[in-house]
Amino acid sequence: MIRQTMRHPGLNLGRDHGQAHDHVETIVFGFWVFMMSDLIIFGLMFATYATMQGSTAGGPGPVELFDIKSAFFQTMLLLVSSLTFGGASLAMRHHMGAGRITLWLVVTFALGGGFLALELRDFAAMIGQGAGPWRSGYLSAFFGLVPLHGLHVSAGMIWIVVMIVQIRVFGLVPAVKTRLLRLALFWHFLDLIWIGIFSVVYLGGLA
Amino acid sequence: MSDEHSDFRADLRQYLTGFALALALTLIPFALVWWNLAPRAVALWIIAGLAILQGIVHLRYFFHIDLSRQKREDLQLILFSLLILAMMAGGTIWIMANLAQRMG
Repeated sequence: MIRQTMRHPGLNLGRDHGQAHDHVETIVFGFWVFMMSDLIIFGLMFATYATMQGSTAGGPGPVELFDIKSAFFQTMLLLVSSLTFGGASLAMRHHMGAGRITLWLVVTFALGGGFLALELRDFAAMIGQGAGPWRSGYLSAFFGLVPLHGLHVSAGMIWIVVMIVQIRVFGLVPAVKTRLLRLALFWHFLDLIWIGIFSVVYLGGLA
Repeated sequence: MSDEHSDFRADLRQYLTGFALALALTLIPFALVWWNLAPRAVALWIIAGLAILQGIVHLRYFFHIDLSRQKREDLQLILFSLLILAMMAGGTIWIMANLAQRMG
């Protein structure tokens, strides 16, 4: 069971993983410190966005700018990618081999790529109609918040590629396993932040 | 395999349960806005409530965090960060909204 002898929040590997399990506690704790400081950055970008509601300076607002269909597909891609990363985590925890882990990582990477493609298409359309970050305080806040999340997704995708290479080169040694654990936390974290973005920015703007 | 090491199915069920709940909590607010099912003020409260619920679902099923743990430092870190965030974000919104109102 996942619940017993937890050493850190997040999926624990279990005692049969030896060193990767025994030394992981401080490493993962440090990563949580990073994620929580990242959370505060996002939180303050949300606060800025909230205070800029209505500061459109005569420019377009949420109703003119957002396409709920695109926001919905982005949300679905990211949510499914959280599940597929769970597949990679479980394949690692239950010793199903490097091939299975890599397969799930590739699927997760593809879903992340789909998400980014839709998001960039939306940004391009907005900028194409003159609604870039320079247009109004509202749009500055929007382009401070949402692309910051997209940047994190890009970083996560680069990290996935790095880990696929590391699995091939080093095999499933303890260091690689604990890195995969942290990448899993990071990827789930991105989906957690996205809940705030689709609720506040897209649904809140269009409701 | 040690006994704590479990069965794969139980672990998988955790992720699938989390996914199903998260999916429902995503579809409801999107449906609400897509088909304009509620007046704006009501819709905003529902969206906010469901977003918080979905956050809890993610923490519980994807991050595997719950309140019954021997290791408490991590939970304290998370809760303290949330406290700081609530003060900074809440304070920002409060003060700036107040200012906007006075200047308006």
